[in-house]
Amino acid sequence: MAFDGAVFEAREINAWRGDRHILRDVSFSVRPGEFLKVTGPNGVGKTTLLRVICGLLPAETGELSWRGQSIRGRRDEFNFELGHLGHLNSLKGDLTARENLKFLAGLRTTLTAETIDSTLDRVGILSRGDLPARSLSAGQKRRLALARLLLADAALWILDEPVTNLDTAGIRLVEELIVDHVEQGGLAIAAAHQRLLDDAPCLRRLELEP
Amino acid sequence: MSAVRTPTLAAARLVFQRDMTLAWRRWDEVAQPLIFYVVVTTMFPLATTPDLSALREIGGGVVWVAALLASLLALESLFRADVEDGTTEQWVLSGQPLGYLLLAKVAAHWVLTGLPLVIMSPIVGTGLGLPTSVWGVLMFSLLLGTGTLSILGGIGAALTVGVRRGSVLLSLLVLPLAMPLLIFGSRAVTMQMDGDSPAGPLQLLAAIFFMALSLGPLAMSAAIRISVEN
Repeated sequence: MAFDGAVFEAREINAWRGDRHILRDVSFSVRPGEFLKVTGPNGVGKTTLLRVICGLLPAETGELSWRGQSIRGRRDEFNFELGHLGHLNSLKGDLTARENLKFLAGLRTTLTAETIDSTLDRVGILSRGDLPARSLSAGQKRRLALARLLLADAALWILDEPVTNLDTAGIRLVEELIVDHVEQGGLAIAAAHQRLLDDAPCLRRLELEP
Repeated sequence: MSAVRTPTLAAARLVFQRDMTLAWRRWDEVAQPLIFYVVVTTMFPLATTPDLSALREIGGGVVWVAALLASLLALESLFRADVEDGTTEQWVLSGQPLGYLLLAKVAAHWVLTGLPLVIMSPIVGTGLGLPTSVWGVLMFSLLLGTGTLSILGGIGAALTVGVRRGSVLLSLLVLPLAMPLLIFGSRAVTMQMDGDSPAGPLQLLAAIFFMALSLGPLAMSAAIRISVEN
């Protein structure tokens, strides 16, 4: 995968939630091969920042740019290169793990049964592939959501608390996935409380202050 | 892994297929409007008169009112589950035109709840004394009417999905818009029964349907984008 020149940049983002001015002049940039970890206490606006990047929340002022161009008016193009893992796993309890991937990840890229299986194997839930998502444990659901992220084949990952509900092996898996992704020239932005890749060379931090 | 971007039509088909699969596993929820429709229309002869010639006078109207209310019944939950579990968020971020995905979802909803009403209407109509000569017009008018109603309802459901107890609001939003459908639909049936040509009201129904079909996806995607902002 080549993500040459795939630089994401945010300049002076200001966002409000209700009457609270949450993000004040937040600026940062992420280059290929970098993992930006957004930290800060609860309620400081980590999720808000990630949702603004995805365009799920409007920013009051500020400019987002991708590959050197403002993303205003090019949302669909940008979204296709963006993989999002939010608080919610976006799973349907009545569908099996495989169907969940087919119907959601399949909207972005054309999937084959083999890609789905190899991705389920990568996140360690291949044996659960035909079980309804309802019957998976919280950690397994998170792994399934990670599989969806992998299948999106996106350049820029936006992860909101990716290790929620995961055991130590799961946390290591997330770390591996992020490192693999950025080593291939991808970009990742994550909000996290927990230790996550704290000593990795690709790590950069963005501390949000109340 | 080399990614091949899914064509929009294939993506819309996936959304449609997904809703069919889900409905297959939750068929009791899907059957609810149809049961309501059959029960309400069979109650009319019981409550008014078993005299078929008297029932025939109001038959077209009764079928239409029942179909309208039955469609409305199924609307409230249209987008709720998808918004709550974060699926619509992923649709917004899928890089696919959101309007088409939502239209596919509404189409699945119509096939599951609107089409059964249309298919059932001759039987229901016969119970109300409607002659076989009006079956065609009744079914065709309901085909256009339920289709329009699914799209209008989709807009309403998308707008009210973020509102707690949005069902009252949804009825208030959609019912006034549905009135023209009711008027033209039942008028077409009456005209056919009286031996007049029902072309006029049917053409108006078709016009409303195509307007809803062309503008509905835009309105729905705008409304869903507002809903995921919360």
